[in-house]
Amino acid sequence: MKILVNGAWREIERDELAGALEELGYGGSAVSTAVNGEFIAAAHRTRTVLVEGDRIEVLAPMQGG
Amino acid sequence: MPRFYQTEVRSRLMLGTARYPSPAVLADAVRAARVEIVTVSLRRESAGERAGQAFWSLVRELSVRVLPNTAGCHTVKEAVTTAHMAREVFGTTWIKLEVIGEDDTLQPDVFGLVDAARTLCAEGFEVFPYTTEDLVVAERLLAAGCQVLMPWGAPIGSGRGLNNLFGLKALRAHFPDVPLIIDAGLGVPSHAARALELGFDAVLINTAVAQARDPVQMAAAFAQAVEAGYAARQAGPIEPRDFAAPSTPLIGTAFRG
Repeated sequence: MKILVNGAWREIERDELAGALEELGYGGSAVSTAVNGEFIAAAHRTRTVLVEGDRIEVLAPMQGG
Repeated sequence: MPRFYQTEVRSRLMLGTARYPSPAVLADAVRAARVEIVTVSLRRESAGERAGQAFWSLVRELSVRVLPNTAGCHTVKEAVTTAHMAREVFGTTWIKLEVIGEDDTLQPDVFGLVDAARTLCAEGFEVFPYTTEDLVVAERLLAAGCQVLMPWGAPIGSGRGLNNLFGLKALRAHFPDVPLIIDAGLGVPSHAARALELGFDAVLINTAVAQARDPVQMAAAFAQAVEAGYAARQAGPIEPRDFAAPSTPLIGTAFRG
């Protein structure tokens, strides 16, 4: 199915967030996630089911002022 | 020593981590200034580049406390969600809360700021709100649960120094026991010294150091200025006068009388 990952459309096989992150290449990364604007804690990723068209944000530490 | 929530720190200088010429220069600047707190942010991570992972490794090696920000957020919802994400990634309840209301000046949306602060404080965050020098807004932020305020000196990155001295002095006088950190707009070390002379507890600097010709030297200069400003405040500065007051005693002056 197609989902929007950080503003870009991606095709994924897995339908739960934890698996999708693995599939997208984020495995082992210190990232935080939101689905459709709602924060999803790491502990809840395995039970968060994605559907076609979902908007996923995958954020990581970055320089800031 | 300043105390931010339950944490006592020795350094009254905090550094942002953005816009340095290289990660190595950032690391050297943090060491040169002997800061204990740096600000960080969250951005979209590319699975291929993993830039965020490299940056986070660098920061952890510096052994400093991080203060994550919500920079770039324009709504309460964005800021609150970003704060949740930052708490998870950085492992801290500290959050430098920014809700931007106007793009040319990056002036805080103080209405959204108070709303977001109320939500986050109730959820156990230790909120450092980026605000203006407005006394009423400051009251509202404290009522929302904030125990530290971060008034701006001038618009972010402008290097203009303390734009509204009257307002900032009033803020300091009105809240003598609240830790106040000047955040944003300072350009040179003398601005930082002035802030400390006025009784502010600390300053946060980013652009003025990161974009200096020699960021490491500038970081050290800011550290010295902050120490000098604090020492001067402790020493009790004289009040300015409108007319001259001779420093050499007049008694016994030759050729008089």
